[in-house]
Amino acid sequence: MSDLNTAMVEKYRSNFLKEVEANVEEGDWVKMCMQCGVCSGSCPLGNAWEHPPQEIFMMIRAGKRDEVLSSSSMWMCTSCYNCIVRCPRELPITHIMHGLAHYAKRLGLSPKEQPTAKFAQLFWDNLSKDGRVNELKLGLALYFMNGFGEGIKTSLKMKDIGLGMVKTKRMNVMEILGGHSVKDKSGFHAMLKKAAEIEEAKIQK
Amino acid sequence: MTDVIATNETILVVGGGISGMTAALEASETGKQVVLVEKNPTVGGRVSQLYKYFPKLCFPTCGMEINLKRSRQNNNLTVLTLAEVTAVSGKAGDYSVTVKMTPRFVNSNCTACGECGKAVEAEFSDEHNYEFMGAKRKGAYLPHNMAYPQRYVIDPRIIGTADADKAKAACKFDAVDLEQKEETIELKVGAIVYATGWRPYDANKIQPYGYDRIANVITSVEFERMADPNGPTGGKLVRPSDGKEAKNVAFIQCAGSRDRNHLKHCSRICCMASLKQTTYVQDAFGADANISVYYIDIRAIDRFEDFYKKVQAQDNVTFIKSKVANIVEDKDGNAVCRGVDTEGYTRYENPHDLVVLAIGMEPSVNFNNLGIDVVANEHGFLEPDEANGGIFAAGVASDALDVNRSVQSATAAALRAIQVVNRVGGTEA
Repeated sequence: MSDLNTAMVEKYRSNFLKEVEANVEEGDWVKMCMQCGVCSGSCPLGNAWEHPPQEIFMMIRAGKRDEVLSSSSMWMCTSCYNCIVRCPRELPITHIMHGLAHYAKRLGLSPKEQPTAKFAQLFWDNLSKDGRVNELKLGLALYFMNGFGEGIKTSLKMKDIGLGMVKTKRMNVMEILGGHSVKDKSGFHAMLKKAAEIEEAKIQK
Repeated sequence: MTDVIATNETILVVGGGISGMTAALEASETGKQVVLVEKNPTVGGRVSQLYKYFPKLCFPTCGMEINLKRSRQNNNLTVLTLAEVTAVSGKAGDYSVTVKMTPRFVNSNCTACGECGKAVEAEFSDEHNYEFMGAKRKGAYLPHNMAYPQRYVIDPRIIGTADADKAKAACKFDAVDLEQKEETIELKVGAIVYATGWRPYDANKIQPYGYDRIANVITSVEFERMADPNGPTGGKLVRPSDGKEAKNVAFIQCAGSRDRNHLKHCSRICCMASLKQTTYVQDAFGADANISVYYIDIRAIDRFEDFYKKVQAQDNVTFIKSKVANIVEDKDGNAVCRGVDTEGYTRYENPHDLVVLAIGMEPSVNFNNLGIDVVANEHGFLEPDEANGGIFAAGVASDALDVNRSVQSATAAALRAIQVVNRVGGTEA
């Protein structure tokens, strides 16, 4: 449990809907849901969700804070936008799902072994280092995401594709030694720092 | 030439459906001069295309007959069919209206014997049956059994062909007049009641429901024609794809209504219409019927609650609280409804013989294009606004209403129109 989480529990007490409205991107739309269920029915990955979006909205209103924020459901969203297109009340459902995932992550409540969350972290760590995605390192990090043994197995399975990519100059093995970066790396890091400060100030408010 | 005497103490009613007829009769029975203008060959409107009314499940023909009797006993009412208002100008107590009269090619000698219809060979899509399941009518036709005036119509598309001459030759009463021409008349009126009604929302726009590509997905107005013994199937409930009996029927509520992608407003009639239509399936198949109603919430208000409770109590009717996400067709031609229900959040994929979309209603006239400034709301209905002067809405021109409320609205509109012409006549301060 993070300090921020404790602070938020203290601040909003039992009103989780208010907390979502104030802190989650597009969260003030949640109360507009009329529970028709067209979003859940339209979701191509719906079968894989523990709680479909319509249920998540109802759980928010019912104050099921822990169940919602620790749920893997919103991490399942692939941003296909089917739900937004069909929602009779034009709720930005995709954005709310991402907003909830982001908020849960910030509070340290997101599920630990969720592949999308893990990938997002790897992607961010990779990108924020040099300002460019190092595809070779990111790919390898993905292979080894679930342990050393599985990493070796996946690498061997993919080796022909990798060699093919090297041959056709789609992949440079030298990237493993640092790789390319943006021209003004310190400027890039300053920019990220400033953005983090702005966000921090917003949360404190 | 059509002789219509109208003064600025005359009330014009535009549209001869249930609302227009009511407004015209109520006003004329108080002694006011009323002209009723209907663009179709017959009055009666969409109500004449219904099989039964809710909640009493009686036949609209009955009320229609009463209204026709009232109109025949009334010397103050002039009914113009095949007449359309093309321009309006002026102000309360002093309107000028242009009416385009389309020829019927049949005069008042017609006895509706039907000989011309038998003689003519050309066939056209039958508007009365919403052109459903390829419904056809002849080039010389009576729009429906209860048509008023009870006179045949010659479709202008056969004029100049051999069929027109056949129709004329077949008539024993010299009623076919192929020389009739379109004419335009000008009317002076004091007040105007718009009773222009509605049209069903275009189901093709609700793309995930596949109305345009799945034969067994139909609209509620089409189902109404299917249940009618005078309809295209002779009253048999069948699957349009293969003609087999449709015992497993699903109704989808809010098809195009309460949806910001389609019509924002609640169309109000659809819940009760679907509940009524479940009784058609019950009547046809009894215990063999298997009925599903997919809904967001059932809006059966005040006295309709009893009707809802009765339908709910039936063992073979299932209410599923869910807006269907999409419909696909399986290899047997079934329409398969997919979605997640709100009571339990379970995923379903239910095949049905027939899916009926409870289609929404939208105003049939764009009130922003009348040629005279009137106030319409964001849904396109005419507002009761003082700026509208002597122009009033009756029935569905004013809002999405059922027949009962349309008639109330029409009576109210008649009273407002009477007040305007009374002011003109000086009988009211």
